[in-house]
Amino acid sequence: MLNWLRRPKYESVERRDIPAGLWAKCPRCGQLVYRKELERNLKVCPKCGYHHRLSGPERLRLLVDEGTFEEWDAELASVDPLGFPEYADRYRHAVQRTGRREAVLTGRGRIEGVEAAVAVLDFAFLGGSMGSVVGEKVARTFERAVELRLPVVTCSASGGARMQEGVLSLMQLAKTVAAVGRLHTAGLPFVSVLCDPTTGGVTASFAMLGDVHVAEPGALIGFAGARVIEQTIRQKLPEGFQTAEFLLRRGLVDLIVPRSELKSTLARLLRLMGAGGEVAVDHRA
Amino acid sequence: MTTAPDRGEQERELQQLEEQLAQLQAAGSDVPDLETRLQALRERVQALREALWRQPTPWQVVQAARHPQRPKLGDYLQRLFTDVVELHGDRLFGDDPAMFCGLARLDGQAVVVVGHHKGKDTRENVHRRWGMPNPEGYRKAARVLRLADKLGLPAVTLVDTPAAYPGVEAEERGQAEAIARSILTLAQLRSPVVVAITGEGGSGGALAIGVGDRVLMMQYAIYSVIPPEGCAAILWRDAARKEEAASALKLTAQDLLELGVVDEVVPEPLGGAHLDPERAAQFLREALVRHLREVQALPPEERLQRRYDKYRRMGRFTAHPEDLLAGGR
Repeated sequence: MLNWLRRPKYESVERRDIPAGLWAKCPRCGQLVYRKELERNLKVCPKCGYHHRLSGPERLRLLVDEGTFEEWDAELASVDPLGFPEYADRYRHAVQRTGRREAVLTGRGRIEGVEAAVAVLDFAFLGGSMGSVVGEKVARTFERAVELRLPVVTCSASGGARMQEGVLSLMQLAKTVAAVGRLHTAGLPFVSVLCDPTTGGVTASFAMLGDVHVAEPGALIGFAGARVIEQTIRQKLPEGFQTAEFLLRRGLVDLIVPRSELKSTLARLLRLMGAGGEVAVDHRA
Repeated sequence: MTTAPDRGEQERELQQLEEQLAQLQAAGSDVPDLETRLQALRERVQALREALWRQPTPWQVVQAARHPQRPKLGDYLQRLFTDVVELHGDRLFGDDPAMFCGLARLDGQAVVVVGHHKGKDTRENVHRRWGMPNPEGYRKAARVLRLADKLGLPAVTLVDTPAAYPGVEAEERGQAEAIARSILTLAQLRSPVVVAITGEGGSGGALAIGVGDRVLMMQYAIYSVIPPEGCAAILWRDAARKEEAASALKLTAQDLLELGVVDEVVPEPLGGAHLDPERAAQFLREALVRHLREVQALPPEERLQRRYDKYRRMGRFTAHPEDLLAGGR
């Protein structure tokens, strides 16, 4: 299906030069790309291969077989537990802009026929930051996967823990990691897909605890922000630092998979890891 | 009623009085009426300290938590434990001086101790990276915690770090993975785990060794998802508004007790543990021993379930967002 892109949000060029919305400028190579062509190409720049960011719903349409997704916990929404400056307004604004209540979409669906529990973070919603709701929904995803004996696929795109919920956000690292632990104990597979960008508290929790780590080409993946590191070491960072390719060389991700092959790769991995009806002998007993 | 005295002025006055007191003590017995004058100064210092610390501002607490003389891991090792044997290295890459791991006795009982290792002076802090671990620090912690599990020893962790070290090599060696794996190790450890936040609880770098059956927090320690300076820089593009940010972040022990993140606030001597490290250590020892005894009494399966539930409950959200989204709040 190619109509999975209904609300393109990438940078447009100046409106007075070109009719609105017809063309998009690639942030990497600077070339103008006909928007429809970009969409047909799964939002990958046909000139340089740059992988534009996808929203949560776009990511789901890319990976989950049409008509098979059953969303979980869509009603969960954030409160403002600390009465933090500007949080309520920013949150409401994000809800209005995206039409969703939080920075993660969770549920079950089929990936080329293989049933899986899926959690997709949405960078467009407050930078994909993990507060109480994101932590809760991710934890529930792993817990339901254990109940239903399903593998888990997460797609991360996040700036980290949500500052506006203070230490409660930090505690979501512990909550989600504990839930991942239950999945591991239950012997069920977990594939973590790392998209651009995945940093901070999300990398330091469930996203780095997959059995297999898959990254999109060029994705920024790391713990500390580049600016914080530069301030600490008082040096410019090396070219390509914290990219998917850098992590592959350092042994932190297993595969870099272009978007056009992501779905089939995930399905193959899940089948190899025992999901999708193949019966494995339990050697652990 | 007089107007509230200015805190900054009070702090300066307290500092001056403390200096006078020190000078007077140094001058020794040549001073006429030494004892009387000393006594008068001490009383004024005490009164001022009480006025300043009856209801400290969050920023005051931040300063206490970061006070250069605040007791560090080394002080607590000495005062809380006996038979301390440090264990070195993660068996994978190297040994991280920013993370202490070892075996020791607490109240006579053998335990595993893990803690951020801040130094006492600049030289030691350069060596120990101000207690900011690299991945090998967290991997050493996870290794030694697994040893606790194997031997059935309880684990005590002492948290005091500004952050996990933000460096190029830390990223190359998988800082995020090391932190996540350390959290997982603690979440699944069959042994009892009691955590004490003694100074700075700096985000993921602190939480990595901060998951346990009980989490204690010293009265003037802080625990935050981001330093107040960084928060102010993001919110208002002005790091100087750190005092406001410190209030907004709810990072004091009392705040976190109310949010259900910590189980008990361990009292400190008025004005901070550095003013009487021995008494501070006594309070901490009492609390650690008591909580350890309580969680040790539980069967391992129940303890694990309770630990899981404890973190599972953390966070606040609504399943009825209609009012909220309509703008009612």
